[in-house]
Amino acid sequence: MSDGDSYYGQPVLNPPVWAALDIAGYLFLGGLAGGSSLLGAGSELTGRRGLARVTKLGAVGAISVSLVALIHDLGRPSRFLNMLRVFKVTSPMSVGTWILTAYAPLAGLAAASDLSGRAPRVGRAATLGAGGLGPAVASYTAALIADTAVPVWHDAHRELPFVFVGSAATAAAGLALLGAPPVEAGPARRLALIGAAAELLASRLMEERLGELAEPLHHGRSGMLLRASKVLTVLGVGFGAVLGRRGRRRAALGGGMLLAASACTRFGIFEAGMASARDPRHTVAPQRGRVAARR
Amino acid sequence: MSGREAGGETAPGNRLRLSVHQSGGNPARDAGYVDPPPRVGFFTDTSICIGCKACEVACKEWNQVPDDGLLQTGFSLDNTGGLSADSWRHVAFIEQGKPLGIPAPDADAGPDGEMRWLMASDVCKHCTHAACLDVCPTGSLFRTEFGTVVVQEDICNGCGYCVPACPFGVIDRREDDGRAFKCTLCYDRIGVGMEPACAKACPTDSIQFGELEDLRDRAADRLAELHAAGVGDARLYGERPDDGVGGAGAFFLLLDEPEVYGLPPDPVVTTRDLPRMWRQVALAAGSLAAGAAIAFAGRRR
Repeated sequence: MSDGDSYYGQPVLNPPVWAALDIAGYLFLGGLAGGSSLLGAGSELTGRRGLARVTKLGAVGAISVSLVALIHDLGRPSRFLNMLRVFKVTSPMSVGTWILTAYAPLAGLAAASDLSGRAPRVGRAATLGAGGLGPAVASYTAALIADTAVPVWHDAHRELPFVFVGSAATAAAGLALLGAPPVEAGPARRLALIGAAAELLASRLMEERLGELAEPLHHGRSGMLLRASKVLTVLGVGFGAVLGRRGRRRAALGGGMLLAASACTRFGIFEAGMASARDPRHTVAPQRGRVAARR
Repeated sequence: MSGREAGGETAPGNRLRLSVHQSGGNPARDAGYVDPPPRVGFFTDTSICIGCKACEVACKEWNQVPDDGLLQTGFSLDNTGGLSADSWRHVAFIEQGKPLGIPAPDADAGPDGEMRWLMASDVCKHCTHAACLDVCPTGSLFRTEFGTVVVQEDICNGCGYCVPACPFGVIDRREDDGRAFKCTLCYDRIGVGMEPACAKACPTDSIQFGELEDLRDRAADRLAELHAAGVGDARLYGERPDDGVGGAGAFFLLLDEPEVYGLPPDPVVTTRDLPRMWRQVALAAGSLAAGAAIAFAGRRR
């Protein structure tokens, strides 16, 4: 018999076919790359060579793995270049493809020049270029997943970009704290604080706006990941940004926690969306509410 | 583009109420076709569906849609489950303890001794504002001259973005193939003046194919007829050009709430909110840059 609220409990939507490891992994690595390039540009401008090295390598590493993951997730990986047939502002994936097409070579040049010591002017220009594109790389992914019918992702579209840039900042700061000499890591410590504050605040606002839809943000595997993210963020800032001033080990421990926190945020948001897409109540109840409000 | 010239044209009658997101009655014209043929679609009158699934079979045969396994769902007579890459028509079966108006001989009936069995053939809605088409990053999904939405299989690279973009759960990725598939409204048949395979096979004309304007008139008449006959639950779904998807090219006459059939009660094209999403992304990107600038400012360490 029909329960009246759904068709045999079947989802209304076809849930995303994206693999968590590829796409949530990319949300994390893309943020790490974009944030790292920003730190790289800042290091370049302020003469912090150790910090520059770590962030440039981090950026190119993260974006390289990202590109592999993105292509791997395609149903027809051999056709990935079809992404470059068109530019569509109505498709965040199209916009993102073009951002990455501009960004990845710059990140590569910046790292190659830094490592080899060759073509310093080109390297500097590439570093600044990658740094300029970094915020776009780190933030557009929020529109990528929000521009779907998945209830949690779509309805979080106002706060999600801020959650994501906060998470990108903490990830990049975390990597810098892990790898850079503490005397140069001051900006990373401050960015960790700023990013963590932004992410925690934006997450709070997002949960409030979502109301009953926020259920997957608190329960199940996604809830667990997001709770872990908050704990790791606070501890990571404590160890990395506060205690990490004196002692490389504490800084590295904090940095590792911040990286883990950012990954937990991305996988948690990804899983929360998947859960909301699978549950017909999350699609039907808000829509019924809208219909009732119009009557 | 000359296709925009007709942007101010409205459909006959006063049915069309323009909202911010809507630009006109003909999506083919909005897509740039100059002087396109009339928009076509489906009117699926579920009140006369007999659940024979001829539409599902005809669709599979004509479009060579592969077998997707024999699944015993336990959902009444429905062993298809829902629309997917391999099911472009799906007949839903809903058993309810509600009066039909005819005494039921069945023991499995409602408190008043009556039951009814709803059947409905679902299909791609060929939205006026189609999210799948909007988000497709390769241009594989396109608007045809008939106002329908079709996947070009030689372009699709299986990115999967269209799948969660669809507010109706229609399009899906065929896992062993990797590309996205859905109803084409038999683009090959309508191009040579034939009706789509499902409509052709439907023995009760529950599935009607035609020009959308005609179908809307027909549906309004049928709805009035059913209301006059005392079927107060009858309602149209997806026929209003002022709904969240700008009206569906394939719309329905239902006998209960949409969610009972697995349809969303108030679908909205996700890209309606995209301008705001981009604005928020730009603000967030600016904040990140500002945060980094603050992190580097002032102190040397």
